Amino acid sequence: MRSPRPLLISSLILLIGALSLASLVVGPAPIGPWQALTALVSDQGSATIVVRDIRLPRTLLAILIGWIFGLTGAGLQGLLRNPLADTAVFGAPQAAAFGAVIVLYSGLVGALSWVLPVTAILGALISVALVVAVAGRRATVVVLVLSGLAVGSLAGAGTSLAISLSPNPFAVTEIVFWLLGSFEDRSIVHVGLASPFILLASLLVLSASTGLRALALGEETARSLGINLMRLRFLLVAGAAIGTGASVAVAGSIGFVGLVAPHLVRPFAGYDPARTLVPSGLAGAALLLAADCAVRLIPSQTEIKVGVLTAILGVPFFLWVIARRKAELAEMPV
Amino acid sequence: MSELCAHDLAVDLGRRHALSRVDLTIPSGRLTVIVGPNGAGKTTLMRSLAGLLPPTSGQVTLDGHPVARMNAGDRARAIAYLPQGGNVAWPLPVAQVVALGRLPHGEKPDSLSQKGEEAVAEAIRAVGLKGFEARPATELSGGERARVLLARALATQAPVLLADEPVAALDPRHQLIVLDVLKDQVRSGRTVAVIMHDLTLAARFADEIILLDKGVVAASGTPAAVLTEKRIAAHFGIQAHVAHDGGYLIVVADRPLLEEQGE
Repeated sequence: MRSPRPLLISSLILLIGALSLASLVVGPAPIGPWQALTALVSDQGSATIVVRDIRLPRTLLAILIGWIFGLTGAGLQGLLRNPLADTAVFGAPQAAAFGAVIVLYSGLVGALSWVLPVTAILGALISVALVVAVAGRRATVVVLVLSGLAVGSLAGAGTSLAISLSPNPFAVTEIVFWLLGSFEDRSIVHVGLASPFILLASLLVLSASTGLRALALGEETARSLGINLMRLRFLLVAGAAIGTGASVAVAGSIGFVGLVAPHLVRPFAGYDPARTLVPSGLAGAALLLAADCAVRLIPSQTEIKVGVLTAILGVPFFLWVIARRKAELAEMPV
Repeated sequence: MSELCAHDLAVDLGRRHALSRVDLTIPSGRLTVIVGPNGAGKTTLMRSLAGLLPPTSGQVTLDGHPVARMNAGDRARAIAYLPQGGNVAWPLPVAQVVALGRLPHGEKPDSLSQKGEEAVAEAIRAVGLKGFEARPATELSGGERARVLLARALATQAPVLLADEPVAALDPRHQLIVLDVLKDQVRSGRTVAVIMHDLTLAARFADEIILLDKGVVAASGTPAAVLTEKRIAAHFGIQAHVAHDGGYLIVVADRPLLEEQGE
């Protein structure tokens, strides 16, 4: 029953530490690791401005958003007893983006307002709830994925409509670039905007861990073991929606981290849904930090968006999971 | 010693009256087997008895206390329920699956108390799966997996055990092994009720048989009193021969009756 989980958690924390340092160092301005660390705590002139105002916010955002995506991915996979569950499969990032785009498009508030994450959260909440409602409790993977596809497409169509009706070409460019998902040019204000929601989402998902364990044996057995399923679903759906909404509001659409992270940790942490939560969150943070360092290193005229990179890597992984497990997935009720 | 009773129990599922005016007692120290044709309301009855389905009217009581008023934790510690055709979603090790039966006691699989460790080991031994502790439950045969799930229900050490078709997917040998385990639970003073379709096997192990049809209790009593050819024809719609041989009651299903003959 014991697994090398403590070792895994410590290794992931060390990895996040190393990648964070790399994230403070990598960029157009040549700043060494020691200088980057010193610039964080003392005034080193332009190096301090670059490290504190540009690289630190994107590092913190990558950690926070990677963490919540990994955590909610593991939580949703446990809730639906399905290794393909993720907010991205539910169309939540598209719906959150649609919610945020409406706000941006209307021009009622700026991109740094609290209204933005709140509407993004509402969008994500509606999409996840809609998919869970349409797919039903005993839906197959096919029904789940199709429902997610439909909801995601609808939200995507809404976003496209908003873009095509936009009278201002500059607003269009801004919305499109923002939709692609990036930590570029984010400030500490963005970190402050997202972190309370990500903290709340983390608490919601982590408090569902005992219920997720029991749910491995099915809903009826979980109820007979004294688990309140309504509460469990609320905790995970609300946690996933709040986490996704807050993340999309500050960084745009970044998918597939939540799908990939739990798969990476299971060989070490085991399959107990409760015990994969924290390692998945940490693996998500490491993944997104690594991806954000990678986009800065890939030679190109303008920086490649991190959301594009996670999708390019995540979609083949998604297909690989389907190909590897298609026999059991065909039969698996959610 | 616990006694589970249904008092004038009625359950509606949507517009359908799944159970009506059900009065029954599941005593401790006797194995109660619930039989009946498909759609008779057996699973609905079991879920109601387990406190998982609220009655439309009437009530289920455990030692006189209404189950519906028990909080979820107390109910889970008092009544272990093994649903029909249960499955394990993840390749969890057998010991971890069985240890989930300790959740109602506030014990997690990775931090069991001494008592919890003993209960899990005892449950695994009882179903004959010693040595399987580290094997992923998803890689076991159907018979082995059914026994793992039974062990999970046993590990709760609840005074009441309700099992919905625990031997449905098992070969004859494993059916006997599982029913022997349930009989042992009865001998140790537990209150045990199971749903079964095999009438000969039901007669072989049951102390009490409850025949359910169209949501009402059609008959209850000893196997010999309940399982008569006439009653089997009336409620199962088959012509069957009931033989008594060496203390065993044997039901041989001969042919299905046309609906008017069955009625």
